[in-house]
Amino acid sequence: MATITAQLNNAQLWLLRNRKWTVVALLLLALIFPLLVRFRILNAYSLSLAIDVLIYAIFAMSLDLLLGYTGLISFGHAAFFGLGAYILAYLSTRLTSNLLLTVPLVLLGTALAALVIGFFAVRTRGIYFLMVTLAFGQMLFSIAISWSSVTGGSDGLTGVPNPSLGLGPLNLAIDTRENFYFFTLAIFLISFWLLRRIVNSPFGWTLRGIRENDARLRALGVNTFRFKLAAFVVGGAFAGLAGLLQAHSASIASPENLYWTTSGQVMIMLLVGGAGTLTGPLLGAATVRLLQNFASTRTERWETLMGLVFIAFVLFLRGGLISLLRPRTTAETSRAQEII
Amino acid sequence: MSSTAILQVEHLSKHFGGLAALNDVSVQVERGARQAIIGPNGAGKSTLFNLIAGELVPTKGQVYLQGRDVTALPVHTRANFGLGRTFQRNNLFFGLSAFENVRLAVQHRRRLNRELFRAADKNDLLTRESHGLLQRVGLGERADQIVRTLAYGEQRALEIALALATEPQMLLLDEPTAGMSPAETTQMVRLIESLPRALTLLVVEHDMDVVFSLADRITVLHYGQIIADGKPNAVRANPLVQEIYLGVQT
Repeated sequence: MATITAQLNNAQLWLLRNRKWTVVALLLLALIFPLLVRFRILNAYSLSLAIDVLIYAIFAMSLDLLLGYTGLISFGHAAFFGLGAYILAYLSTRLTSNLLLTVPLVLLGTALAALVIGFFAVRTRGIYFLMVTLAFGQMLFSIAISWSSVTGGSDGLTGVPNPSLGLGPLNLAIDTRENFYFFTLAIFLISFWLLRRIVNSPFGWTLRGIRENDARLRALGVNTFRFKLAAFVVGGAFAGLAGLLQAHSASIASPENLYWTTSGQVMIMLLVGGAGTLTGPLLGAATVRLLQNFASTRTERWETLMGLVFIAFVLFLRGGLISLLRPRTTAETSRAQEII
Repeated sequence: MSSTAILQVEHLSKHFGGLAALNDVSVQVERGARQAIIGPNGAGKSTLFNLIAGELVPTKGQVYLQGRDVTALPVHTRANFGLGRTFQRNNLFFGLSAFENVRLAVQHRRRLNRELFRAADKNDLLTRESHGLLQRVGLGERADQIVRTLAYGEQRALEIALALATEPQMLLLDEPTAGMSPAETTQMVRLIESLPRALTLLVVEHDMDVVFSLADRITVLHYGQIIADGKPNAVRANPLVQEIYLGVQT
């Protein structure tokens, strides 16, 4: 027992003891955040930054289901983020921006695309999986560039209207930045809750089993292909949901949403925050976005600076920021909880 | 085909390039048998095991499991037909705890793998069964320990627990005492002896004491071919076997 206590530093112990209150405090902060902007304690831009962080946190969580939990290193996850953005942009500029319709359609469209791409990609492993997902992502990118009658070509689909929510006369327009922030926060919380249920379920444990030892799981009788495909589809759909928010937030679906640099960026967020957890992606998205914002307003060479930061993370903090706050494994957590 | 045979291997050959690792091997394992496969290094024992489990595809020949031709079926399907196995080198979920390892196998057998929204931790049936299996192989105290940090012999025992968790009808044990100390070996033999008689065992083993204390039938492989097959005493008395294999030891 004493050895375990020694492995946990004071901050980790404090967080474990006060887990509930930490969550409550963070939630309160998220809820009053727009007030800080309204009373000019923070500038108006910080609201957009917060929306951005939440969107990318959903996107990063969706990749984490593949990368952190299942051990599938996808380098084409922007395909579903971008596809979600394009489907939303197409629907809302031509048909409706009612979320009761657009959300299910985006989820369905991105899940279907993930099913088709995953059917081929999930048969491969390691570097091959990475290359196949990258290729599919770039394929969607080139379609977005060349099929301009539908996608708007290199300009993207512009003029995405604000979303609305509701039926008939009870149609609520989400037309202020503040309302959109609350909407994004709600989607983030729902996604977090759903993904938490999923990763803690027997299904989620099977995904961890695949990450640890795919062949052994097959020897136990598990058809791991199906589970990898299922993870790919669920991850794709959540990425699509993040894409929907992105298109509304920026009023545009742009080819950049599909480009491999977007895939790379979300991967870096996982690296910085810590893969294989759900809080890690949020931490990573916040850190990377805030750091980018901070650096790019101060130096032209901010991308170089970011690169150095990421190299430092890979070299010195493999588990990401989350590893500073939390015991390394579930077993350690449960034993730590016994002590407390 | 005999109706009591749980496993039937017919004219099985496996070539790796020009090398015939296994050449026209036919073996039959009766239901409830405790059969051992012995032979010098490179005799083709591991190849035969991997062909039976489905890790390798044979060049020629057929594998029947409970009367069904499984030659073309993948590993996981064969496992679901009641074939469990352990590995020569510990092959586990090293980053998870011993309990979490066993639970993965139990939740598959219980058909809970597709349960998406209820926490695995809160399923009492899963927890109880997994702990029961750990206790059965003597790892009750090690449940929450990460497998990577378990002693070698404990990892060997966990291999057995994982295989048992799927409730197989036939168990392939690939050198269960490999690399073990004499004390650990004794424990492992006792564990294997304690398995229910209804469970068919096919064991590859180097330790002759272990083989003769466990097996009621022995098959001897040499250069990819069967040179003897029968009751332990008959095999022990076989002059060819004594010359090429046992002779080296006595």
